Amino acid sequence: MKLFKFKFAHIIGVCCILGLLIFQGCQKEPSSRVDFYPSLSPDKLDTQAGSWLPILLSSPDEVECEIPLLTVSPDYKLELVEIKSWQAKLTDNDRELIKYWSAGTVLRWNEIMRELVAKYNLPPYQNADGTYPVPNANNPLAYPFFPFANPPYASRAYAYLSAAQYDAAISAYFYKSKFKRSRPSVSDPDIKELIPVPRDFAYPSEEAVISGASAAILKLMFPGEQDFIEQKLQECKNVRIMCGGNTRSEVNAGELLGEKVAQKFINRARQDGASKSVGNPSDWQMLEDRAVNRGETPWKSMETPARPPMLPLFGRVKGFLLDSSEVVQGRPAAPPSVHSQAFKKELDEVLYYSKNATRERTRIVHFWGDGVGTYTPPGHWNAIACDDFVNLNFSEVRWARNLALLNMAMFDAAICCWDVKNFYYTPRPSQLNPEIKTLTGLPNFPSFTSGHSTFSGAAATILSYLHPPKQGNYVSMANEASLSRLYGAIHYRMDTEVGMTMGVNIGQKAVNRGKNDGADK
Amino acid sequence: MKWKGLIYSALFLPISLLSQTESDGLFMAKNNFCGGFVAGFSQWNHYWEGNFYRSNENIGTVSSNSIMLMGNYGINGKTNLIFTLPYIQNQASAGTLIGQQGLQDLNVFLKRELYAINFKGWLTSFNGTLGLGLPTTNYVADYLPLSIGMKSQTASAKMMIDVQKKQFFITASAFGMLRRNIEIDRDAYYTTKMIYSNSVQMPSVTGYNIRTGWRKDPDHYIEVILDGMNTIGGFDIRRNDMPFPSNNMDAIKVGLNLKWGIPGINGLSAMAMAMQTVAGRNVGMTQSVAAGAVYQFEISSPKKTNKK
Repeated sequence: MKLFKFKFAHIIGVCCILGLLIFQGCQKEPSSRVDFYPSLSPDKLDTQAGSWLPILLSSPDEVECEIPLLTVSPDYKLELVEIKSWQAKLTDNDRELIKYWSAGTVLRWNEIMRELVAKYNLPPYQNADGTYPVPNANNPLAYPFFPFANPPYASRAYAYLSAAQYDAAISAYFYKSKFKRSRPSVSDPDIKELIPVPRDFAYPSEEAVISGASAAILKLMFPGEQDFIEQKLQECKNVRIMCGGNTRSEVNAGELLGEKVAQKFINRARQDGASKSVGNPSDWQMLEDRAVNRGETPWKSMETPARPPMLPLFGRVKGFLLDSSEVVQGRPAAPPSVHSQAFKKELDEVLYYSKNATRERTRIVHFWGDGVGTYTPPGHWNAIACDDFVNLNFSEVRWARNLALLNMAMFDAAICCWDVKNFYYTPRPSQLNPEIKTLTGLPNFPSFTSGHSTFSGAAATILSYLHPPKQGNYVSMANEASLSRLYGAIHYRMDTEVGMTMGVNIGQKAVNRGKNDGADK
Repeated sequence: MKWKGLIYSALFLPISLLSQTESDGLFMAKNNFCGGFVAGFSQWNHYWEGNFYRSNENIGTVSSNSIMLMGNYGINGKTNLIFTLPYIQNQASAGTLIGQQGLQDLNVFLKRELYAINFKGWLTSFNGTLGLGLPTTNYVADYLPLSIGMKSQTASAKMMIDVQKKQFFITASAFGMLRRNIEIDRDAYYTTKMIYSNSVQMPSVTGYNIRTGWRKDPDHYIEVILDGMNTIGGFDIRRNDMPFPSNNMDAIKVGLNLKWGIPGINGLSAMAMAMQTVAGRNVGMTQSVAAGAVYQFEISSPKKTNKK
């Protein structure tokens, strides 16, 4: 009996120690799937991309590119030596950076922006007197930090980034074909290519052009992150040299070209009306009065203290695909009056979903929530697109073109949706029936139509065009994202349905542009 | 019988349950079983966002009701097997966020007396406890502060010293807990950087618990408690952000606990407890009360023994 007890204690002891060891192994920092993206290795080089239709540039050579050194010049030879000296003493950190950037320059800058959006997507904390401070672009590091990267702000930031990348890439491809500078490894066989380097021309480095443009846009949109952005830019430039893909002058000329292209977008962004989209108290009162004059119950902030609506004048911002008259003409018909039977039916359905949440619907609500502290719905669709694009072997310029179409569509979706929201100023379900509890945070702006649905309709439409084999997936994802807002009890079904239709129409504008930009010839 | 009443300070840190249970120096006799329920209520209307102490009118007062089933079986007089299983219901008094409820985690502890000595009338024992926590339902962890728990599988170890002279006693313990990664409903999230995964690394937790007071016997005692919990790693809630399961949650609580055998009914005892969070980080400043009853009986042997 005594022997048995002795053994029993030992067995338990051994089991416990093993258990703890196994546990230790299970407590790991999860790896991000973006860390496993393959190196970019384009199927098609798209060497004719210099003739694709730019967005703001009047022609691909509107911005001048410095004329390259001759490859026989001593300065060029010295640049080749620089590559070899980097390659002779690569550190593990260098190799990590090479692997990171090899997945694609357009892609990685898109991810960097998503991260900054998530970091800055926090509504300001109230002042002591119950008002709210407004972030100030000229003082971004003082609280409240600039920007509050909410969904409309983010949609615009993604669009400017992608559009500038695209025009910069077109310009790069134009000059590459013009200067016909061969790759460093062609001039010097001792130079190793540590990642797949397309067998086209090297001057200017399209990666540096895209990075120069990206960094300039990011610094505009996230002015408090200058040092972080600059560090990423230097990393990318060094990687181009270390990996044997480009020489110093190819990278420097590229960065400069990219910056100059981006300046066109920056000038446009400064005048697109976004800075006025916060509005002022008399604007907010006007929106409310307009609903009251129509005999409707106006939207009211459900936050305490009441927070002004999120960027209520964002509908007046100048987009890329639609002009302001198209925004107004594209407004859907008014939703049923809040006093009507039809509206009551809508409200009752929201109450049903609030009272009858299932675990699966809750999962859907949270998967698509994309609320405070996230990269927002446009960021989510960028993540979806990039997860697919990494397997499609696009060239950098095609990456840029595809994401530009996606993000211009979602920016215009935000403009149209915010126009409708603030034109009709429809109350959220919980405002009209306090019994309606929500499964996710209640957004602080009017209900009709759903931003998620408009973004998702636009995104699924353009992505289906860009990658037809997944059309069915994109459409069902968009429908799920849209319905998640009804399941979450923060939107009426009509918000999701009308929003989806609007989004699909805007997405179609991007498809039409895509069909005519020269990339699909 | 050795149940300290149990309080849920749920709300932000249901893990602190552990530090409230099996933290005493008492053991069940062999083949004795003690089972019962504890009902708890806790609430807070201020919390620490990182180190910033604030209220939030968009959640108002967050409150939690719970009922916990618990049991303790004496494998022998020096080894006890303990389990707890709470049902929790959380809600916010303001704002629109819907409350959550459900069966939370099954916690199982094996408590063992390692060494005991009578040193000049001071009865001293050293005990060790190993614990496992297993979520029993597919509840939502990523919905703080209204989630009913973190949904993490946990493994913990605790060392304890218990000293008694006449009717005065003091018990001190320290624990460490490993928590397995959890899976959330999103496939990307931001902590201090973007992570593209649905898996969340849960930082480890350490803590201590000191309780002292008057103990007539295992069924009659009253004690004051000082309880500390410290998450090793994790990150702070940013200004006006939502909390997240892998936040750096720390708390110090004080409380009072009482157990009293009901006269006339052999084996039945009542328990009551009150706790107050006095300092914290990324947690609510919780007040909690709990009350319960446990019944102890022998499963086979008619022989009954009590330690001490």
